[in-house]
Amino acid sequence: MISLAWAAAFILLAPAIGGLIAGIDRKITAHMQGRVGPSVLQPFYDVGKLFEKEGAMVNETQRFYVLSYFVFAIFAGGLFFAGGNLLLVVFALTLAEVFLVLGAYSANSPYSHVGAERELLQIMAYEPMLLLTVVGMYVAAHSFDAIDIAGFPMPLILLLPGVFLGFIYILTFKLRKSPFDISTSHHAHQEIVKGVTTEFSGPNLAFIEVAHWYEVVLMLGFVFLFFAASWILALIAIIIVYLLELAIDNTNARVKWQLAVKSSWAIALVLGALNIAALYLIGRA
Amino acid sequence: MDSVQFLLFLILFPLISALFMLAVRRDTDRDWIVKLSALVIGAVTVLLLVTQIGQGAVYLWFNAEPVSLLMFALEMVISVIILWFAVRFRNYLVIALTLAETVLIIWFESAATPAVMVKDPLFLDPFSIIMALIVGIIGSLICVYSLGYMRHFYQHHTGIPDRTNTFFIIIFVFLSAMFGLVFSNSLVWVFFFWEVTTLCSFLLIGFTKTEEATKNAFTALWMNLLGGIAFAGAIVYLTYQPAGMLGLDQVLVSGKALILIPAALIGFAGLTKAAQMPFSSWLVGAMVAPTPVSALLHSSTMVKAGVYILVRFAPAFQGTTVGYTLAFVGAFTFLIASGIAISQTNAKRVLAYSTIANLGLVVACAGIGTYEAIWAAILLIIFHAISKSLMFLSVGTVEHRIRSREIEDMNGLIVRMPRIAAIMTIGIAGMFLAPFGMLISKWAAIQAFINAPFGLVFVVILVFGSAFTLFFWAKWMGRLLVITPDAENVEGLVDKNEWIALVSLAGLTAVTCFIFPVISAYLIEPFLLANYGTVANLSQDNIIIMMMMLFLIVLLPLSILLPHKKARTLPPYMGGVETAHDMHFQNALGARTEMKLANYYISPWFGEARLATTGICLCSVFIVIMFALAFVGGGAFL
Repeated sequence: MISLAWAAAFILLAPAIGGLIAGIDRKITAHMQGRVGPSVLQPFYDVGKLFEKEGAMVNETQRFYVLSYFVFAIFAGGLFFAGGNLLLVVFALTLAEVFLVLGAYSANSPYSHVGAERELLQIMAYEPMLLLTVVGMYVAAHSFDAIDIAGFPMPLILLLPGVFLGFIYILTFKLRKSPFDISTSHHAHQEIVKGVTTEFSGPNLAFIEVAHWYEVVLMLGFVFLFFAASWILALIAIIIVYLLELAIDNTNARVKWQLAVKSSWAIALVLGALNIAALYLIGRA
Repeated sequence: MDSVQFLLFLILFPLISALFMLAVRRDTDRDWIVKLSALVIGAVTVLLLVTQIGQGAVYLWFNAEPVSLLMFALEMVISVIILWFAVRFRNYLVIALTLAETVLIIWFESAATPAVMVKDPLFLDPFSIIMALIVGIIGSLICVYSLGYMRHFYQHHTGIPDRTNTFFIIIFVFLSAMFGLVFSNSLVWVFFFWEVTTLCSFLLIGFTKTEEATKNAFTALWMNLLGGIAFAGAIVYLTYQPAGMLGLDQVLVSGKALILIPAALIGFAGLTKAAQMPFSSWLVGAMVAPTPVSALLHSSTMVKAGVYILVRFAPAFQGTTVGYTLAFVGAFTFLIASGIAISQTNAKRVLAYSTIANLGLVVACAGIGTYEAIWAAILLIIFHAISKSLMFLSVGTVEHRIRSREIEDMNGLIVRMPRIAAIMTIGIAGMFLAPFGMLISKWAAIQAFINAPFGLVFVVILVFGSAFTLFFWAKWMGRLLVITPDAENVEGLVDKNEWIALVSLAGLTAVTCFIFPVISAYLIEPFLLANYGTVANLSQDNIIIMMMMLFLIVLLPLSILLPHKKARTLPPYMGGVETAHDMHFQNALGARTEMKLANYYISPWFGEARLATTGICLCSVFIVIMFALAFVGGGAFL
């Protein structure tokens, strides 16, 4: 079941793909805002420069938290692309996120503290839907393993339209896009400075950025699973979904966390749970 | 020794230790007796595991008539003791409940029907061995910890007379009763030990004799007496059934239609003892007792007796509407108690609600009763016992040092008390993070729920409850790990006995994660095979991946030791205001202000009053439905 080649490919290529996506993201966003925008390679330049900076930190333990976040983000993605158990993928991803949050807590800084609390709120908001996505795929394809789900003969979107929409909803959190970029934002207009990442700088921040690229590729991998029966369709779907997220990002203001949490839970209950219940009823289970 | 000697030894030995405690005068003597007893109890349970493993279920016959008579006499003594307390404190509810229960006891004890003849009053199977290990190892460690704790306790509470001996006597009787409970095949015997645990917990909760302690002890008492009445009712019902029906071996294979009513009654008894809503308040109130008592009640005894009997009866619940309504009580308790834990600022209350929540999950698994669900339930029982006792004991130690149980006061504990904070971090990680125990169990529960009929509802409840769980544990963990500048290390010398218990439990938390596939293969799977004819487990691949994660978790902290350039440390960003090193700054009016950070508790959403009322109403309705289905709906199967 485990395909080490795919895992290796993910570990090697995901930063390149993730960085490129970030670059294209910035270009398109700039155009939407009537700017020219930087080169699509700008994210790589940024991260490269961060690596060259002095590794100053608020305290030495930050090094450990960042490393752990980085390692487990890769672990989660590697497990996914190796075709592993999706529940484990979600658990590993949560573990990675918790390390980031702990790093932010450890700094004893007001901005990163609020960022950490909000990051936890975000996890609490999106995790039910993320787990229900996995459950939905299991109910449809009778397996938790990514490889089996990817090998399902028909596109899962046909069986799981509600789950898919719910997943897109929470994808906004994972991509750190408005209206749900509550704990930290790609944009400069964040009221808590850089939120959860405020107190990270230099190489530590670079690692966080690269870990985020890994996460983005992993999340787009989930989108892929909904269309895995046809690779071309899946690729188009990923592009459309990402463009949609960009459009939402640029046309929505950041909401309060209360709304973000409540709406995500409502979406999980209505779109996620009802869709899976319907699958049970029509006897796919 | 053969099996029966083991069982009798484990039941009787703690009583002998208790007798010795009566004679003890000096601290050093007490230390020796408690440590030696703890060592013997722990060692014998391990020996029991080593010698009895792989034997399947062994039923032990001996002439039990005199023992049964003795138990009846002792039950009457317990009733008298409880009545004496109830009369002294004018608690009419408890008087009424005790009298009702006594009538039922006399009824079934005087009935001479064939059902009463249980051939083999004691038995041993892999599940009993697991429970014995939990009671024996964790219970003994808590005893050792108590030696240090009680000394501190009386240093801090100088006003009350020293009753340390009484404390240990009750604890040893408690352990004895727990061993008896998990080794009894005869339901009458189970009931006897059940009542002993009720009495012991009443005495321990009220141990400090303050007004609050007495009040909470009586709350625990009446709720557990209610459960006791249901249990006695089940026994009375079974008394009029065919021969041998009062033995666990017979009753569980007798067909569901026959035992739906007793199963519902015993399910109700289990709910009260496992502190499920609407009876959760007794466990929250129980935290007025000294911390080792909380650790004992929450991890290895009392509440575990409740879920033990539910898991035993799971084959009766499986696929019945009674089982499903029971499972709903557990599932909603899990969801609501997890939510309430978010709003709690007091560490012990967070732990209490987390216990209630996790037991809810076990109850949900037992109510569904499929082999996969039972596999998850037993894993939950094991992992929860270890991590939760560790958490309570660490909080107890911290409380004695910083004089507070508030989570906010534990800010930056990693600087002030590094070793205890590290141990608490392990405990918290054990409660909610992959790849540690509780998460493995939740994973197993998701798989079990998904494959059960109508399991989706439980899956949805579980994913929301887990999200709550993550929130309250992670924010607590974050608070502990804050690096505050200028904080002093106040850890000092932690009492050696406390330290032994803490380090052992932290070690167990980690080790059980590594060896859980072995526990599953040699203890849980044989139990499932014997009761369901099929087994559940995680696939080899997934176990390997979990092990990889565990190794990473162990290795990553070592990265600190790697050679690296010492980084320049900078103060945190404060929006440009002039900040002193101790995080004081000048505010807009020029006053010196301290920068203070606090966690989110979101009480408008998760406030105790609001959610608890909802939970109590909801779960009460389900309990009423459960009884209605059992008595009226008869054999309504899914």
